[in-house]
Amino acid sequence: MSARTLPLLFLNLGGEMLYILDQRLRAQSIPGEKARKGERRTVMNDIISTMFNGKFMEELFKPQDLYSKKALRTVYDRLAHASIMRLNQASMDKLYDLMTMAFKYQVLLCPRPRDILLVTFNHLDAIKDFISDSPGILNQVDETFRRLIETYNPLSDGEFQLIRQTLLIFFQDMHIRVSIFLKDKVQNSNGRFVLPISGPVPWGTEVPGLIRIFNHKGVEVKRAEFTTAGNYVTPQREGSFELYGDRVLKLGTNMYSVTRPVETHMSGSSKHLASQAKENIAPNPLAKEELNFLARLLGGLDIQKPAGGDSGFRLNLFTTDEEEEHAAQTRPEELSYKVINIEATQEPARRAELSRILGELDVAEPRPGSAEKGEDLLALMDGL
Amino acid sequence: PAHSVFARGIAAAGGRFVCVGEPGAWAGRWPWAGPAPADPPDPTGTSFGAVLVFDIPPKGTNVTLSEVLEQQRDPITDIAAERGQAPDGAGDLVTADDAGTLCLWSSGEEFTLLGKIPGSGCTCSSVALWNGIVAAGYGNGQIRLWEAGSGRIRAQLSAHARWIYALDLAPLTGKLLSGAEDSFVHVWKLSRNPDTDDIEVQHCHAECVTDTQVCGARFCDPAGDTFAVTGYDLSEILCYGPA
Repeated sequence: MSARTLPLLFLNLGGEMLYILDQRLRAQSIPGEKARKGERRTVMNDIISTMFNGKFMEELFKPQDLYSKKALRTVYDRLAHASIMRLNQASMDKLYDLMTMAFKYQVLLCPRPRDILLVTFNHLDAIKDFISDSPGILNQVDETFRRLIETYNPLSDGEFQLIRQTLLIFFQDMHIRVSIFLKDKVQNSNGRFVLPISGPVPWGTEVPGLIRIFNHKGVEVKRAEFTTAGNYVTPQREGSFELYGDRVLKLGTNMYSVTRPVETHMSGSSKHLASQAKENIAPNPLAKEELNFLARLLGGLDIQKPAGGDSGFRLNLFTTDEEEEHAAQTRPEELSYKVINIEATQEPARRAELSRILGELDVAEPRPGSAEKGEDLLALMDGL
Repeated sequence: PAHSVFARGIAAAGGRFVCVGEPGAWAGRWPWAGPAPADPPDPTGTSFGAVLVFDIPPKGTNVTLSEVLEQQRDPITDIAAERGQAPDGAGDLVTADDAGTLCLWSSGEEFTLLGKIPGSGCTCSSVALWNGIVAAGYGNGQIRLWEAGSGRIRAQLSAHARWIYALDLAPLTGKLLSGAEDSFVHVWKLSRNPDTDDIEVQHCHAECVTDTQVCGARFCDPAGDTFAVTGYDLSEILCYGPA
């Protein structure tokens, strides 16, 4: 499979996570309470600046296999807790369910394999909007944007299809029902997505129906038509792959708003649960290794521990605390993510190293002397 | 450096060979961004798009690598052997790659490259060969029929609205099966006009596998009366036959 898939998976899932967090933060705040708005801004800024940290991006873009589902879930656990916001296990589970089903839908419905890049750009455009008043973080995001363009724009359609297939394999057999998808009729009640057979064909594809015959001299001698149930039309224009531009494609844009709360349904048909159960039970010897590496990179183990629990606050992905509690108790065993918690700060040597990485990740605005700090970090990582 | 190497495309040729497509990789560095350079930086590295030819003995398990065919600069996507009767000089093997380039070969102790049909930048995802007609399915949903002997295009079908994943041929009747991500499976009939020697194509049947991206499609019998279909996220094989 493709070794260039991880950056796209990470950035798009991260984008969906930010859409959901933003919506819940707005929904949970009381209108007129200025403190809450400041909190929301801080939370979003903290998470985004951690996500787009230069060193982390550099590691991410190296050719490598996709992380396991467990390892990736832990990355987002850490990311979601990169600020003073706290999420209970049930809310974190729901958040991850929504993120993954949304991106699965986007990958599946991409007209061309290359359009996955447009989906990524849609997410990044929206992220830039979230932090439009923080030039330091904006710079970080633009850097990643440029790196994406440099790395992916030259790839062939075949290479993109390989990336798409790698992603689809990662999402295979996930059929969690999302109420916003069910309501909009993009997902069936059995959890499968609706694949439309009408609308614009992908850019570069012809509307199906024409047969052209050529003679041995290459001259067209006959035309015939055939009809099918599909109802396709020619597309208007192609989306832009530049730093700025109209992406045309709507996949990857923010579909949540304050007035549309999102629920997930845990029940699926038994045969799907069985296949997922197999994956969770088998121990993955590499998982611990991956997690250590990620822990070192993100270093975000409780960066800002709320002093006495006062300065932090808890975000609830459900409408009430009772609902959250109920969801935690009724989540089917097979669908639990079984997140591994690794206490990397136990060893004193590790703790020292991690605090140094922490320092690097903390600051979004440029500081004098930060270049030397970067070199230290690189030497640090080589030594690990 | 980490890279994944896996094979795409497999076909039996010349009664004793099995050909396997390889995407290829540099022995040295992994080309991260940009197209593959014209000259490999490491002269001992293999270039992209290799076809491995294995010699299968009539008895025993001593399979040997007979040859490596390196005519295609892009990863191999599919390989097909002649399923009917090849006209003189038409070759009995066709290989396809990511750039849409098709290579025609004559199998033997040493495989001979008979001709190359240059691609137009669109990946050829699936290919079939029958009575000297190359049927190629592309990532943009088009099917093209080529004359194997001359390398000329004989038919162009705006067949699908999405990436074509599978092509299959029924050698007894010349029926062609195509399956794509647009949920559709089509059955076509290929034939040759004896007077003009033109290749004729007729659309026979369309099947829509609701809400499924078709990944595999194969005839179940040599006449093409029944076919089977697989799809993404589908744990079943669907079989279709005459009513």
